[in-house]
Amino acid sequence: MRKYVLRRLLGMIPTLAIISILVFTVIQLPEGDIVTSTLDRLSATGVDLSDERIQNLRAQYNLDQPLFVQYLAWIGNFITGDMGFSYLYAQPVNELVWERLGYTLLITVCALLFTWLLALPIGIYSAVRQYSIADYGFTTIGLIGLATPNFLIALILMYLGYTWFGLSFGGLFSPEFLNTPWSWARFVDMLAHLWIPVVVIGTSGMAITMRLMRANLLDELKKPYVITARAKGVPPLKLLLKYPVRIAINPFISTIGLLLPALLSGEAIVGVVLNLPTTGPLLVQSLITQDMYLAGSLIMLLSVLTVVGMLLSDLLLAWVDPRVRYERA
Amino acid sequence: MSELRELSPGRLAWLRFRRHRLAMIAAGVLVVLYLLAMFCEFMSPYTPQQRNARAINAPPMDIRFFDAEGQFHLRPFVYDLELTINPDTWMREYEENTSIAYPIRFFARGEPYEFWGLFEADRHLFSVDPDGSGYIHWFGTDSLGRDMYSRVLYGARVSLSIGVVGVGLTLFLGVLLGGFAGYLGGMFDSAVQRMTEVLQSIPTLPLWMALSAALPAAWSPITTYFGVTIILSLFGWTTLARQVRGRFLAMREEDFVIAARLIGANDTRVIFRHMLPSFTSHIITTATLAVPAMILGETALSFLGIGLRAPVVSWGVLLQQAQNYQVIVMTPWLLLPGAFIVITVIAFNLLGDGLRDAADPYSSLREQ
Repeated sequence: MRKYVLRRLLGMIPTLAIISILVFTVIQLPEGDIVTSTLDRLSATGVDLSDERIQNLRAQYNLDQPLFVQYLAWIGNFITGDMGFSYLYAQPVNELVWERLGYTLLITVCALLFTWLLALPIGIYSAVRQYSIADYGFTTIGLIGLATPNFLIALILMYLGYTWFGLSFGGLFSPEFLNTPWSWARFVDMLAHLWIPVVVIGTSGMAITMRLMRANLLDELKKPYVITARAKGVPPLKLLLKYPVRIAINPFISTIGLLLPALLSGEAIVGVVLNLPTTGPLLVQSLITQDMYLAGSLIMLLSVLTVVGMLLSDLLLAWVDPRVRYERA
Repeated sequence: MSELRELSPGRLAWLRFRRHRLAMIAAGVLVVLYLLAMFCEFMSPYTPQQRNARAINAPPMDIRFFDAEGQFHLRPFVYDLELTINPDTWMREYEENTSIAYPIRFFARGEPYEFWGLFEADRHLFSVDPDGSGYIHWFGTDSLGRDMYSRVLYGARVSLSIGVVGVGLTLFLGVLLGGFAGYLGGMFDSAVQRMTEVLQSIPTLPLWMALSAALPAAWSPITTYFGVTIILSLFGWTTLARQVRGRFLAMREEDFVIAARLIGANDTRVIFRHMLPSFTSHIITTATLAVPAMILGETALSFLGIGLRAPVVSWGVLLQQAQNYQVIVMTPWLLLPGAFIVITVIAFNLLGDGLRDAADPYSSLREQ
């Protein structure tokens, strides 16, 4: 097991390296760089810098160096925790991202749990009562959830919430708790807001999870051991939960890796619509204003989050299912 | 002895497909949607930028056959909208004015347009009095008084075509890379595998966002359109490449492939002439199921304001108007483009399911 963990950990490094090169290339794509955009802004306010100052500025950001040196400087700083400076917020990127990343993680993990808590039992039910009205009903609901863009669900929920209950959704905190330190009341207030993005983001993965569970369990239910057990008079519920469900649920640990990028993508856009203090709105803002250090760091962090999530899901699977670790060790 | 009836594989697939009632309905819905999009200049009563100053933020108008006295009219009509300002809220409110009716005329003359940029025309499928005194907005209007129905149809042209064009590109990349990876193996295979792994472990939306934000704002609408399409397909090919690779690995050792190679066919010929046709149906299915992801991607990007931008009309651009709840509560009909997205995506999914079952020669006709 230790060997397997080590192998997977080392395997992460090249993946992350390629991702970082990709991200760096992407943030280099827009025309101009930090210095030219700063100069533009300065000359708009009537300040003109001397050539010498401009050269100094360029040197400060390694812009006079070849691209790969710039890349190495960027990624080197990133690893040591220095993510550069955000022009939009006039703050180091460091101070901006961590809290938001925390909320993003919280919402994503909750959405994942929500998806499972709801989709797995439904999948089991649909498999046991195949072709029943409820089975068709759940499939239809799942399909609609799959087809509706996340942000549209958020918009519709906001509309219904307002017209039915007179509530205005949005944000993670009520105004009175916005800038107060953490307390029990603030925590409860957050929970009251949290469920909306969680439900909205969770619905998109619902259909896939439901269908997969249904298909897995259907395969399992046809197997001879189930028939034998039934013939011997094992109570139906015990039979179902003790053997086929446990086997059918196994692969879901590995779908964390599949769902996670989708959930993070969903969070990015739902965060904008619902005005959440997460990474999504920050990323959109930074991209529109071409605040590229901020944008690059955010994409990089989200990617790291996904890769680590995938690693965890693989390790979990290897821990639960010994066949996996013998195969790959 | 009775003669044996022979059915070609294509015919069998069609028979299987026809049994899938939902897939048939979905196919019908998609044909209608694509026809509407193709001929949107003719199908819509107005042009997308045309403003009606008398109906700003007007709600959808009911198309009626019965008038206020309960009398039946063979020719459908709409009632005029009367604008009142609510004295309490200072909001515009519209009420039907049952004394003025605008009968709907089919194939009527209206706003001139350039059909497919080829020739001038001014006929519309339906319209009300061409002299401009009446108006019909059965999906309502937006804050500039533009007809939502016309805009949804023009938007359909962009949103629906982006799915197909994007999937075309995806197919090209996926089949090419996956095919060569599976066939050649070795270094090339590991490189493609690695790339696939990396691309699948990045949350796509943020990267899409970064790439389309990098598209120069000065680009013309058509260039931006292709830019966004390329961006969307750059990350879509991985799933297909994986599947194609798997198939090729399995098929590489089959007798007919080895035979082709022994005769001296080169790699490209073996791949495209001998191996690829044996799972075209599979590819078509995957492609159908990939279209919705493209449409949803475009919508999401445009909605955030970093994909396509107005004056281009797409479903995502249209939904951008409905970004906060004040707007949605006041003018919920601005969400109508969303309904079209949902219907399209569902239809593509059902169609893909039907195609998958139809393309599989081992699925029996008995089921369903």
